[in-house]
Amino acid sequence: MGIDFLILMKHEWLLIAIIFILLFIKVGSKEWKNESILNLINILLLFNCIVGFFWNEGGILFNEMFKTDALIAAEKNILNLGTYIISLQSYSWLKNHKHVLEFYMLLLSTLAGMFFMISAGNLLMFYLGLELSSIPLAAIANFDLEKRKSSEAAFKFIISSAFSSGLLLFGISLMYGATGTIIFSELSQQLNGSPLQIFAFILLIAGFAFKISAVPFHLWTADVYEGAPVAVTSYLSVISKGAVLFVFVSVLYEVFKPLAETWYNVLFLLSVLTMIIGNLFAIRQNNLKRFLAFSSIAQVGFILIGISGNSQTGAASVVYFVLIYIFSNLGAFGVISLVSALTGKENIDDYKAFYKTNKLLSWVLAISLFSLAGIPPTAGFFGKFFLLMAGAGQGNYLLITIAALNMIVSLYYYLKVVKAIFMDTNETPIEKITIPSLPKLALFICMAGIVLTGLMSYVYEYIFSLISAF
Amino acid sequence: MNLSFLILLPFVTAIAILFCNGLKQVRTVALIGTAAQFLLSIDLLFVYWKERTTGNNSPFLFDFNYTWFAPLNIHYHIGVDGISVAMILLTAFVVIAGVLVSWTQESMNKEFFFLLLFLSVGAYGYFISLDIFTLFFFLEVAVIPKFLLIGIWGSGKKEYSAMKLALMLMAGSGLVFVGLAGLYYGTNFNGERTFDLLQISQMHINILFQKIFFPFAFIGFGIFTALFPFHTWVPDGHSSAPTAASMFLAGISMKLGGYGCLRVATYLMPEGAHYYAWVIILLSTIAIIYGAFATMMQKDLKYINAYSSFSHCGFVLLGIGMLTQTSINGAVLQMVSHGLMTALFFAAIGMIYSRTHTRMVEQLGGLLKVIPFISTVFVIAGLCSLGLPGFSGFVAEMTVFMGAWQNPDQWYRLATILACASIVVTAVYILRAAGKTVMGPITDHHYNNLSDATWNEKLAAGILIIGIVAIGIAPFWLNQLITPGTEHIMEHVGKAITLK
Repeated sequence: MGIDFLILMKHEWLLIAIIFILLFIKVGSKEWKNESILNLINILLLFNCIVGFFWNEGGILFNEMFKTDALIAAEKNILNLGTYIISLQSYSWLKNHKHVLEFYMLLLSTLAGMFFMISAGNLLMFYLGLELSSIPLAAIANFDLEKRKSSEAAFKFIISSAFSSGLLLFGISLMYGATGTIIFSELSQQLNGSPLQIFAFILLIAGFAFKISAVPFHLWTADVYEGAPVAVTSYLSVISKGAVLFVFVSVLYEVFKPLAETWYNVLFLLSVLTMIIGNLFAIRQNNLKRFLAFSSIAQVGFILIGISGNSQTGAASVVYFVLIYIFSNLGAFGVISLVSALTGKENIDDYKAFYKTNKLLSWVLAISLFSLAGIPPTAGFFGKFFLLMAGAGQGNYLLITIAALNMIVSLYYYLKVVKAIFMDTNETPIEKITIPSLPKLALFICMAGIVLTGLMSYVYEYIFSLISAF
Repeated sequence: MNLSFLILLPFVTAIAILFCNGLKQVRTVALIGTAAQFLLSIDLLFVYWKERTTGNNSPFLFDFNYTWFAPLNIHYHIGVDGISVAMILLTAFVVIAGVLVSWTQESMNKEFFFLLLFLSVGAYGYFISLDIFTLFFFLEVAVIPKFLLIGIWGSGKKEYSAMKLALMLMAGSGLVFVGLAGLYYGTNFNGERTFDLLQISQMHINILFQKIFFPFAFIGFGIFTALFPFHTWVPDGHSSAPTAASMFLAGISMKLGGYGCLRVATYLMPEGAHYYAWVIILLSTIAIIYGAFATMMQKDLKYINAYSSFSHCGFVLLGIGMLTQTSINGAVLQMVSHGLMTALFFAAIGMIYSRTHTRMVEQLGGLLKVIPFISTVFVIAGLCSLGLPGFSGFVAEMTVFMGAWQNPDQWYRLATILACASIVVTAVYILRAAGKTVMGPITDHHYNNLSDATWNEKLAAGILIIGIVAIGIAPFWLNQLITPGTEHIMEHVGKAITLK
């Protein structure tokens, strides 16, 4: 063990160290100003983000409970980056909040939970990580303390996530009963497609589907997204979803490879339902957060197609897409959080003639939406293209055609927002917003990400090379 | 010659526009950029010509290949043949004319010129792509600027039209995408899958694959070029768009589709083309006749030109569907000719509308007396549209008909005859519209105070008219330019017959 053990778990250690620093500040006697706390935290997170890129050796710890390799490290770095952007964006919201430190302690705990989940080498560790990542989330979903909707969101979230955890646990225990092991590497050798195993597997998939809000397990999403503070909503929609997707890919590809045929059919069904229902519901939304909730459901449908590719390109395209999705979705949420923190307006109708008063923010929002819709030259185009190409590798062109048609529907509702911003008239448009420097930095990172991750092929090639390592 | 400049130059111009202030700076930069691009395109023509006359017989010249996404074997591969050079010239002509007619674009001028130039980046990139991924990339680049141009600066029910256009074009590219995915997984070039146009053309794609994916690719591209029954975006989109955008839409954007049908669908899936030729011919004949009759009923000048574009683009598809050397030559000629002609038409309509504030035929009259230059331009565009000898329209349509007749199938000949007959209808609506607006008594006394074309409008019209007349009087140069390209395509199609 020795030093090895520190370096392999570097991502987790760093987070825990930051949490402890925050804890000491909290219990210390000195009163800190909110601004200085936020600056300190953002510097720490930046440091955390940068250090994540170094010393990424692979290895296994604690009797295969914890494993890491270059791909897992890259996935953690992606999540770190996303969290950093969200932290920058929530500056205007948290500036006047009474419980900044608690917010960050809870937020970083969930992130640590996700890291453990991604690194998990057996089902129990995985379950522990998942729980650590979802319970504190329910607490911060309630962080708009005076809003009843916020409490409602938190309550809905905790109940639904408890339910899905129940399903997962049931699946895990059945799996243990059927195979006699919970260690991933042994599990994959024990799988033979017996009915009990399939049943356990379906329960596991249902648990996953809850977390990534795939239809028909999506019902909690919209309400929670709408009620929670914007920072938490963006965290839920990109980081926690991204983490579960990473695990989903590696679990399906590595552990459940023997059941590939079963899960292909399940994914086919889930992705078609998720795309269609997510898209159709998104059309009718007026609240932007609800709107992005449904659009993110639809995006998951596309990601599932990439996963169903069951190939190196499939895994690479999913990781790549999550990275792009972080940039695009956070670009959109960044604008929404600025507007919402200043004016409290969150409806599409309020954004009419937004361009007249806020040129820069309008372009940022529009470009983010184009990226979500998959319009070149934004990165979203490349992300979707690779997802669908990976899916097409299975030869199921029906699925690809359905996806292509769904792209049109999704374009419609994204363009509806663009239309409101650029073309509609409004007597009381949102006033001119001055952007504080930290959120500006966040928006800049998102825009740079949207432009560069696509056109520069190195990112995709880098991710692809990581996948071939496993 | 480095073809990447063709993409870089408009892109740099577009970025430069963002740093300008005020209409004067913006339009000067835009004009300088497009003029440079115009000269570059002319230069390309001469350089290309020189290469060919010195005996360079490779199908694509000046090609440049850079590995873009290695894992999927995606390349940034560009190069030109005669067809692409013709289309690039067309784009350069239309874009510079578009900038000139938008000379007094007051509201949000920076965004307007930025989007217009960004649109042209898509078109240039599309025409020089030799990798179907890059081709698809540039095809989609050109969708959103159109949406914004129509939705922000358009007239009438602009939001509806913009949305309709964006969604239908997106549907087109969605179908194209499925076609591309099918092609990609149908290829096997030394054990690797590929998007490269040349590599795919050298291998034989499974006939079953072609039968499945040809319709996807062809209909997908066809939507861009107003394939019946997917033409409904054309009238709304064209008539709501601001003048420069209409010119671009009808002049270039619709040609993207025709070019794709030829270059991707027919060239790469020749068996598919043979198999579905009758469908293409049926649909394009319906488009030609239905479009012509629909135009007769229109009262708005822009709708007249939009529906007639729908009808004229039918000739492009008819030429492609007939699959003879001459007919495909005719299809390409028609693309270039129609691009110039319709841009001129829309420019003239825009000039009339900006002065009289109406586009209704019945409210206009006697314009020749007050604005002679614009009226003449309008009449020239009309005459070119109805195929008067001496203008490009005659050459192109004639070639299509001759080529179509070479196809010995009885039913195809019937289609040719019907398509020919539509010219009479074209003459009716063009002469009626032109006669009513230009001749006769002045219908509104306000018209007496109208001022004739300004220098920029004269220049724009002049550039387009030069193009039209150059093709009309001396069609052989354009024909010689495109023939090696079309012969190369026909070679593949010919091989496909022997395989049957």
